[in-house]
Amino acid sequence: MLGLNKKDTSLLIVVALLTMLAPFILNPFPEGSAMAQFNAGYPDLMQRFVIFGIFAIGFNILFGLTGYLSFGHAAFLGVGSYSAVWMFKLLSYNVVPAIALSVVVAGLFSLLIGFVSLRRSGIYFSILTLAFAQMSFALAYSVLSNPKFNLTNGETGLQVYADDPQILQGANAPDLPHLFGLPMRSTYTMDLGAWSFDFNAGYYLCAVVLMVVFYLAIRIFRSPFGMMLRAVKSNQQRMNYTGLNSKPYMLAAFVISGMYAGLAGGLMAAMDPLAGAERMQWTASGEVVLMTILGGTGTLIGPVLGAGFIKYFENIFSKINDNVLHSWFSFLPDGLEDAVVFVIHPFIGKGWHLTLGILFMLVVIYLPGGLVEGGQRLRGWFRRKKKGADDAPSGKTEPAE
Amino acid sequence: MTNKSVTRRGVLKSGAVAGTGLALPTIFTASSAAAYTNEPTGSSVVLGFNVPQTGPYAEEGNDELLAQQLAVEHLNGEGDGGCMNTFSSKALKGNGILGKKVEFVTGDTQTKSDAARASAKSMIEKDGAIMINGGSSSGVAVAVQGLCQEAGVIFMAGLTHANDTTGKDKKANGFRHFFNAYMSGAALAPVLAAEMGKERRAYHLTADYNWGWTQEESIVASTEALGWETVNTVKTPLASTDFSSYIAPVLNSGADVLVLNHYGGNMVNSLTNAIQFGLLDKVANGKDFKIVVPLYSELMAAGAGENIKGVLGSMNWNWQLQDEGTKAFVKSFGEKYGKPPSNSAQTCYAQTLLYADAVERAGTFNPCGVAEALEDFEFDGLGNGPTWYRGADHQCFKDVLVVRGNENPTNAYDTLEIVEITPRAQVEYDPEHPMFAGGELGKCNSGA
Repeated sequence: MLGLNKKDTSLLIVVALLTMLAPFILNPFPEGSAMAQFNAGYPDLMQRFVIFGIFAIGFNILFGLTGYLSFGHAAFLGVGSYSAVWMFKLLSYNVVPAIALSVVVAGLFSLLIGFVSLRRSGIYFSILTLAFAQMSFALAYSVLSNPKFNLTNGETGLQVYADDPQILQGANAPDLPHLFGLPMRSTYTMDLGAWSFDFNAGYYLCAVVLMVVFYLAIRIFRSPFGMMLRAVKSNQQRMNYTGLNSKPYMLAAFVISGMYAGLAGGLMAAMDPLAGAERMQWTASGEVVLMTILGGTGTLIGPVLGAGFIKYFENIFSKINDNVLHSWFSFLPDGLEDAVVFVIHPFIGKGWHLTLGILFMLVVIYLPGGLVEGGQRLRGWFRRKKKGADDAPSGKTEPAE
Repeated sequence: MTNKSVTRRGVLKSGAVAGTGLALPTIFTASSAAAYTNEPTGSSVVLGFNVPQTGPYAEEGNDELLAQQLAVEHLNGEGDGGCMNTFSSKALKGNGILGKKVEFVTGDTQTKSDAARASAKSMIEKDGAIMINGGSSSGVAVAVQGLCQEAGVIFMAGLTHANDTTGKDKKANGFRHFFNAYMSGAALAPVLAAEMGKERRAYHLTADYNWGWTQEESIVASTEALGWETVNTVKTPLASTDFSSYIAPVLNSGADVLVLNHYGGNMVNSLTNAIQFGLLDKVANGKDFKIVVPLYSELMAAGAGENIKGVLGSMNWNWQLQDEGTKAFVKSFGEKYGKPPSNSAQTCYAQTLLYADAVERAGTFNPCGVAEALEDFEFDGLGNGPTWYRGADHQCFKDVLVVRGNENPTNAYDTLEIVEITPRAQVEYDPEHPMFAGGELGKCNSGA
């Protein structure tokens, strides 16, 4: 289907099902139950899963295929967000021009940075991109937000004010980001017995975009262009000696992944019309590197899983506090309850970084291929178990695959 | 590899997918039955406490959280009741809010606008929080205030000192109890004139972001009105940890007062650098050199240690105040946590009680009703004496404290001494004052 082989088609269908049914999948526990703390099916977090998924997919096109580790990708996300909010301020709250401009601006910006940074490779490339991103952060945080020329509104974040021009804003159009009149914030809540599921318009817009860009990523991975990028990863020098100029390919990959980041930034602003400079900080750039590695570098679905994993921890674990713990363990005798809470305390609430760090270490040490490798091992393990029952090893060596 | 042939199954499959895709948007048109966002229907009501638990202001955030938990206890009729006994409004009965038990959820703002909005959103969307309180930075406060306006819940700001929060970024659903940069300037200036004379030359070092600028603007305006001269204003990057290169030129600039428009770690570092350079021992223009830190907090004072001795600044509130409200709060906080509360803790505690009281008086959790009850509300007994929640910009007006680093502290919490309690009338301003102009409150949003 759509020019994909069978395996990729089924992957795309799995992703489509996961994103479309996310409100159900992410809310497995009935509302009001003790486990409801772990439900992630509320609009904001679902949107974040998908948006950071897009960001990580784009990053993976650069890092996974060419092996060039960019440490400044958050800059493109930030630039995308700022352009989207400027579109809201100048044109209207319709998200289409905002998202379109964010992709274009991020593309141009990454062309500029890529052109300079790609003159070096390896660690020097990483440092150059990091430097550019920190520079953009500093520019957005203070330099470009002075009262005379206020492009970014600094620490406060760029937002839409009532006295902004919004020249295309219709009289009846909603006063918040919308898609031709359908507000991104509107949510339909379905109550099924004790369960409650949220279907959010903004989330479904992001989900559709995710499927489109995921499809694009598959096509890039399977194309001759993708093959060229893989060649860069395995041995760029040899490629250059054969007379091929690899630089245009690299630059193209860099710009594409920058545009993905810009798209993610634009979507972020479309879901929540505010662009803050922190989006460009090096920690944000580091986060996407973690997402990609955690999920599985160079795999298609890995970055999406990694993005979901990290965002889940950031939003769910950071909200568990001592009160919640006490209510969970209230069945224990008093002294024991306090002891258990005391032991778990450092890992929850403000300690979510610690928990995430430990899990990240475990994944990197035991599953170098990330979560995707974990999935493959699990599947292999099940298959072997099932096979073991009916066919014993044939005794002769068989070629793998 | 590619399969281009059209099969019956393929057509059916893609047709089903396309149909679902097309049908999806229609389910969003159904309107919700609730009268306003997160209308509490059960026997309890959820408040959202959004404070920095990690990052540069984590300590302040944790102090805020302690105070918020204390407020919830008092609202539910546990503990000694704290300020509920001294509060001038007697609507609260210690049985929760409108008879509903108060529960709370917490979140980490990380002192980043994005993270703060994400955490506030999850409280509103997932936990059903009806009010968001807390925070320790103006950027975050403005960001979260905007979100609460869009989502249709009330925002009771925590520590936020920039003029913009109730100036150009003010919102109908947002309320600020804390004082602001303008008030700092208005309160400090007379004390500075009395202590240092009217012919001083000031040199400003300012953290290079919104709060720093509004504070610099306020202090420059109020000191120049006294007759002071501003020699220079220098912006320092927020991430700086070493300010030596900014301090060195001060000595040769002909200035005799250094104003540090810094907060948190910035202030601790720049003050330490200034002391190391021996600024306070210098004599310039025939006068003793002085340092002023317009915005103080207990936690910063503790961080700066010895260096703050004799340095003047302003504060919203201090635990050493002697009014009944302060005494009740300090007693109840001290008994529970074994230390006096900071001024950010006090502001969050007061904000939580004020919200609960407004709900009781309005008889509804509807944000529009609550906002109406808070607007132009006059009260007393929560510390700082008689206070007015102005309806025009949702800013509280109350006495402002001018404090000085204690020369002979007797214990670890006694780092600041109160120099003067500046009366409310002296720090009031017109809502259309140029430093606050440009914003619009807009209409209250209940999310319906």
